[in-house]
Amino acid sequence: MVRYIAQRLGTAVLALLAVACLAVVLTRSAPGDPWLDVKHNSGQREAVLDARYGLDRPLPAQVGSYLWDLLHLDLGVSLKLRQGTAVNTLIAESFPVSARLGLFALGWAVLAGVPLGCLAACRRGRAFDKGFRAVCALGGCLPSFAVAALLLCALCGGILKVFPAAFDGSAKSYVLPCFALGLYPMCTLARQTRAAVLENLQTDFLRSARARGLSRRRLVFGHALRCALPPLLALLAPMLAFALCGSFVVEQVFSIPGLGSVLVRAVESRDYPVITGVTVFLAALVIGCNLAGDLLSRAADPRVRLGEEGQAHGGAL
Amino acid sequence: MAEPFDFTPVPPEGRGAAQTLRTAPDGPWRRLRRDKSARLALGLLAALFLFAFLGPLVVPYGYDAFLRGAENLPPLGFGAEEEALRAAGEFVFPHLLGTDRFGRDALARLMAGTRVSLCVALAAGALVLTVGTTYGAVSGWRGGKTDLVLQRVAEVVASVPEVLVILLASTALGDLFQSFAQAHPESELARALLRVGPNLCAMLLTFAGLYWVSLSRVVRGEVLRLKETEYVTAARALGASGRRIVLRHLLPNCAGQIAVTVCLQIPTAIFLESFLSFLGVGVTAPMTSLGALIQEALGALYTYPYRLIFPTAVLGLLILSFQVLGDRLRDALDPRTAI
Repeated sequence: MVRYIAQRLGTAVLALLAVACLAVVLTRSAPGDPWLDVKHNSGQREAVLDARYGLDRPLPAQVGSYLWDLLHLDLGVSLKLRQGTAVNTLIAESFPVSARLGLFALGWAVLAGVPLGCLAACRRGRAFDKGFRAVCALGGCLPSFAVAALLLCALCGGILKVFPAAFDGSAKSYVLPCFALGLYPMCTLARQTRAAVLENLQTDFLRSARARGLSRRRLVFGHALRCALPPLLALLAPMLAFALCGSFVVEQVFSIPGLGSVLVRAVESRDYPVITGVTVFLAALVIGCNLAGDLLSRAADPRVRLGEEGQAHGGAL
Repeated sequence: MAEPFDFTPVPPEGRGAAQTLRTAPDGPWRRLRRDKSARLALGLLAALFLFAFLGPLVVPYGYDAFLRGAENLPPLGFGAEEEALRAAGEFVFPHLLGTDRFGRDALARLMAGTRVSLCVALAAGALVLTVGTTYGAVSGWRGGKTDLVLQRVAEVVASVPEVLVILLASTALGDLFQSFAQAHPESELARALLRVGPNLCAMLLTFAGLYWVSLSRVVRGEVLRLKETEYVTAARALGASGRRIVLRHLLPNCAGQIAVTVCLQIPTAIFLESFLSFLGVGVTAPMTSLGALIQEALGALYTYPYRLIFPTAVLGLLILSFQVLGDRLRDALDPRTAI
């Protein structure tokens, strides 16, 4: 287990380094004048600006200094979005909103998806199961921005004005964005839960537990679901990554001032330090979540956890 | 009563009704053909293909033709000039889905958008297929140190978040394409590149560079499993080269698994492309795509809600049919996993 953790950690660090290098190389080596729409008077000013931001050095030197700054958690300074503000400040201002959005969305996906999946597995073949599979198929086929746009159209204006159309930080304004963001994860999670629980319900150990007289609830939740947890945990991490990236578009639809909208505006205005900084931050988050999810799912599966230790001790188990 | 080990075949006339056993021929493709939802999904896909590629033969309007006087028409509406023509007795093809704020026919734009989404999805699928199959086959066939190194690289590649790389790449490629076009103004390649756009190229490059990992793992698993079979040993003994064995024997035997993985990867490509087009970093005007159409519809959401509903419906149907097809294909290949 320890070896596996070390190996995965190494892969994660390498991936983050790869993203950081790619970010610097792609943005710094792109031809084109980064100072084109920044006000300056003469060619001399360009040289001064280049020297100040280190853009006149050779590419490897730029990559090296960026990585060194990264080690000190310094992501640079914004050039166009808000001149002079540190990228760290921009992230600190906008990330909490995105984080809340993503967490609430995933929360409702888990709270709704897992129980519904279990229920559908128990009622396999009946009306509930059929309706469940239809809902999951429909919910999983539309991107989050399409769902968000449909909800906006149906519930925020025109005839039914149930929810506020523009985001204002209130609890009510979180409902629709979180629903739209969490629908796809919920459908995927529910489908996977149903498949895993169904597989466990057909095993011998569950049949013998039932023969011994365990209550239905203990059978399903205590045994079938418990054994289905490892693959579900492994699924949660990509879901979080998905929620983070999906939030870009949902923020656009509902005009939420989150990290996604900062990144999109930076891409539109070619503010390279912000683009690289936010990309590296999000990449670190996504890679970290994937790593955590992978390790958690392995730790939750005793066959994996104990199997490796057993092998390490000469297979005595 | 026949002898115990009598292997002479019984002539057909000699068989009694009870001895004749007729079982329906079975196999993955037959199981797929019998499946109702798979047939429905295939039919839907065929209909969408026809709609996207043959529809323009029916609808006379171009997808980027600005029609003055016909702006913001409702479905089945006619503009001022068209009304005059109709009053004069001429047949004017109706705007079945209305027009947008520049007078462009919505149905023609929907067809164009579906075309782009389909082409991007299939191109991405083809790229993933090529890169993933080659990588997985080489890794599985060579084994040993090569396999170890290749799998570590694949793990690192799989950990990189794709959307962010696409955003980065499209920023860089945009400037690159512009400077290339300026340096070679008469080059066909430069014109073609500018038309496709840096964003789509960035997306396709990222697909080729990052999305192949799951397919390569599937192929590697299958190659490792089939490497130990007798026919491979026989082929090796007969002197067949590794390349011949892999291409001629192993890969055709994994065709089913490869088809399932690619089929389930295509909806991801469609999702990604529509997501990027919605953000404005996808297709470049005048090309349009389903995501871009949805983004345009957001501007006039409460006055013209139908502009949102049609592209959303087409997008949903497209993704749904690929997903259902992939699921049914997977179930047909291994009925034990069908739940």
